[in-house]
Amino acid sequence: MDLLINLEECYSNEDRMIQATVADFANKELSTGISDAFEKGYFPTKIIPEFANLGLFGISLPKPYGLELSKLAYGLICYELEKIDSAYRSFISVQNSLVMYPIHEFGNEKQRSIYLPKTSSGEWIGCFALTEPDHGSDPDNMETVAEKISGKWVINGSKAWITNAPIADFIICWAKTSIGIRGFLVNSATRGVIINEMKHKMSLRASVTGEIVFENVELAEDCILPGTEVGLVAALKCLTQARFGICFGAIGAAMDCFETALDYSKNRRQFDKPISSCQLIQADLVEMYQELTKSQLMNIQLAKNSNTKNWHIQVSLAKRNACRVALNVARSSRNILGANGIMLEYKIIRHLLNLETVFTYEGTDNIHTLIVGKYLTGDNAI
Amino acid sequence: MKILVCVKQVINPYAKVFPDEENKIVRSNNARYSINPFDEIAVEEAVRLKEKYGFEVIIVGIGSLDIQESMRRALAIGADRGILVNTDVELCTLVVSKIIAKLAQEENINLIVMGKQSTDGDHSHTGQMVAGLLDWPQGTFVSELTIGDDYLKVVREVDNGLETLQLVMPAVITVDLRLNEPRYPSLPNIIKAKNKPLNKINFSDLNIPEHTGYEEIRYDSPLKREQGIILSGSEELVDKLNLSSMVVK
Repeated sequence: MDLLINLEECYSNEDRMIQATVADFANKELSTGISDAFEKGYFPTKIIPEFANLGLFGISLPKPYGLELSKLAYGLICYELEKIDSAYRSFISVQNSLVMYPIHEFGNEKQRSIYLPKTSSGEWIGCFALTEPDHGSDPDNMETVAEKISGKWVINGSKAWITNAPIADFIICWAKTSIGIRGFLVNSATRGVIINEMKHKMSLRASVTGEIVFENVELAEDCILPGTEVGLVAALKCLTQARFGICFGAIGAAMDCFETALDYSKNRRQFDKPISSCQLIQADLVEMYQELTKSQLMNIQLAKNSNTKNWHIQVSLAKRNACRVALNVARSSRNILGANGIMLEYKIIRHLLNLETVFTYEGTDNIHTLIVGKYLTGDNAI
Repeated sequence: MKILVCVKQVINPYAKVFPDEENKIVRSNNARYSINPFDEIAVEEAVRLKEKYGFEVIIVGIGSLDIQESMRRALAIGADRGILVNTDVELCTLVVSKIIAKLAQEENINLIVMGKQSTDGDHSHTGQMVAGLLDWPQGTFVSELTIGDDYLKVVREVDNGLETLQLVMPAVITVDLRLNEPRYPSLPNIIKAKNKPLNKINFSDLNIPEHTGYEEIRYDSPLKREQGIILSGSEELVDKLNLSSMVVK
């Protein structure tokens, strides 16, 4: 489609080239087989070395551990990956924002030098264990505890909804200590760590999710991430990074729905004319295009603002917006395709089901509403 | 050894294009431009030769400064440096060929590799003209390439099958679709490409006349196809075939 408003003018040449390369890769290597992965419920792990070759692990980390790409480039990568499926973007979000970022930000030099080369080469996949079965929006009340017993950390508790856990080589586990919440690096094979895949999800089926039980897991003293002494704030900083990727990603998924619906409407004939010539269909298409364009502009500005005050609140606003817009666009697109809209081959139902997860994880819509609400009014309603 | 690879930037093949009001040039609304797909195959092949034998790969681009993007992509795939011949004038194939021939001589090039054609004009002239101007042997539409001490063995895709030629270097080859599958430039290589040398020279400094007597007169959109009709049976079909001078004369 020719561009009405050329957003690419806001990108640097390098950002544009990176987006084009990832789009090309995604279309050729990721789109075939995704329906099968979704239907059968597995993550296509054979793609991991290709992600590493392309350089998708450590995208925005500073050198020498990362590529130091712009925030916008990271966002555009997420956009292109999620245009194929939210599972791919989730995978990349976790490894970059929730695994490599905290190790770089809160780890000591020894931890960085052990973990970052292996995670950037894709040899090691990590996961981020914050949420618990009984604590989603209120991680502050987590029940997982880490006690220091004769020079060792001992962790007990359970985590749930952990993306990549079943294929992870190690876990960044957040646990309560006597002095507050801290992050720990835990090898998945450590005695007492039990990881079970959460089956029967009806959303994000091409991404693997796990529950993790920690039963008297003994860790060496230096497994703690020293920079996490600030407590839960450290975990939330990671989430801000990941949410930023979602702002772009969700719009990518929605754009794929919109483009599918637009194309379909031009070819689908009813009452002897293409349905795209019907006023009601045009109204839906224009509404979608308008909301997508607005969201893209908001995202571009968000990327530019990454060093400004209250960026995490800006991210909350944009995550809330992107997920709402994306769900609405996916639903409208589904409607334009009529009965075909529920078929896997048309992609929209897959995006629509995925977006139900994206709407909820990394801070629910309600929580983001209250974060922005608190900023506007000064009253904390959480 | 030095390989020169020519890179053209073309309009995205899926973009909607139309002639301007005076039918002089083809326009589009904000369409994307990218490296000519055949040139990308040429770059990939040159980089593979570089990786195997250590040749230097030089990219040449001719046109406005916008073509830097395609040249940077070639550098990200693995080329060593670039020469951008800057001009805002639309040059015809012969002038383009003269520029390439001149640079090849100045740089002491052993092998010129380029796409068999660009997907915008679809002329498939440049490689042949460059070879003619330099009086070098040429292998066009190449789908297989092996390199010996001072010769080159190429397999060409021709109308009646495959033709194998042995060329003495220096030589010009133009590449076909099946020669290789270009790699994705990795993100680290995209960043590295930013710092590779890209030398800009002005077309006017090359002292090559801009006019050759070749002129593009006008562009027109393809005629709109008339809508098809459903016939009642074979009798009507024969009737139509007889009547419609478009089908049977």
